Amino acid sequence: MILLLIAALLCAGIVVSALLAVHLNNTVSAAISAGMASLFAAIIYVVLAAPDVAMTEAAIGAGLTTVIFLFAIRRTMESPEK
Amino acid sequence: MIKRATVLLSLLLLGFIFLHIAMDYSPPSALNSISEQYVASGPDELGAANIVTAVLVTYRGLDTLGEVAVLFISAAGVGLLLRRNLGAPTEEKKQRAASELVGTAVHFLLPLIFVLGVYIFVNGHLTPGGGFQGGAVLASGIMLLLLADPHTQLNHGIVEWLESTSGFGYVVVGVLGLVLAGGFLDNRFLDLGTFGELFSAGAMPIIYVLIGLKVGTELSAVLERMKD
Repeated sequence: MILLLIAALLCAGIVVSALLAVHLNNTVSAAISAGMASLFAAIIYVVLAAPDVAMTEAAIGAGLTTVIFLFAIRRTMESPEK
Repeated sequence: MIKRATVLLSLLLLGFIFLHIAMDYSPPSALNSISEQYVASGPDELGAANIVTAVLVTYRGLDTLGEVAVLFISAAGVGLLLRRNLGAPTEEKKQRAASELVGTAVHFLLPLIFVLGVYIFVNGHLTPGGGFQGGAVLASGIMLLLLADPHTQLNHGIVEWLESTSGFGYVVVGVLGLVLAGGFLDNRFLDLGTFGELFSAGAMPIIYVLIGLKVGTELSAVLERMKD
């Protein structure tokens, strides 16, 4: 029962952060919200006893992808003349 | 107006399809026959405590080789698109230095992150995780380094050498399995050892170390290209 509640909360977290990622005007905040959705998904994978998938999701979905987005945002903001 | 209606209609259709799938879903009460075969014979046949690894590295090893190839091609594509003009003078960018907190944390955390990454792929056949996860953790260590000091230059010689050698080694191990054991990427040409020990499960740890190094160096190279 308590596990179901935790899973439901985490699912709500995914939906909320995904909506935030779509609706936020600031691209940096949107990228971080998208990363948060991945982080919640990774916790759900742990709750559902899939640690292998959770590791991949946390490292690549929440970590690397977010930072690559941030690098890309910085590059595109920095040099408008290119 | 008509565009809105089309969007709404396709959303409704999509919702209907998903509703249908969700209503029909019932949790499977038993493994299907092929999973059952893997779970029952994996530990004895291949000597791997982690069945996910047994499937990924040996039973479905060719798929993993394909994934590694896909990752390699995307890393090469990023490298091609973001290549630097070597002749052009690099303009000095004024970048805000990383805070004291990040700088100090990097010195403390970087060795720990690298040790965790190596642990994950070395123990891939025993505990959750494996080459991809460990490689991604290694790359996140490099990411932290780049965040703390954007002027860090990776040694391209070492990165390229590690990446190509591990990729080549992976295929060589696969061919060795074909020649000395039952098939391509068969791990049983080395001694299976004692179940649950670090040096066991034949060639599986070797394959995962190679995949870990390859994924780690590839993702690090992508990050380094993206950074400036």
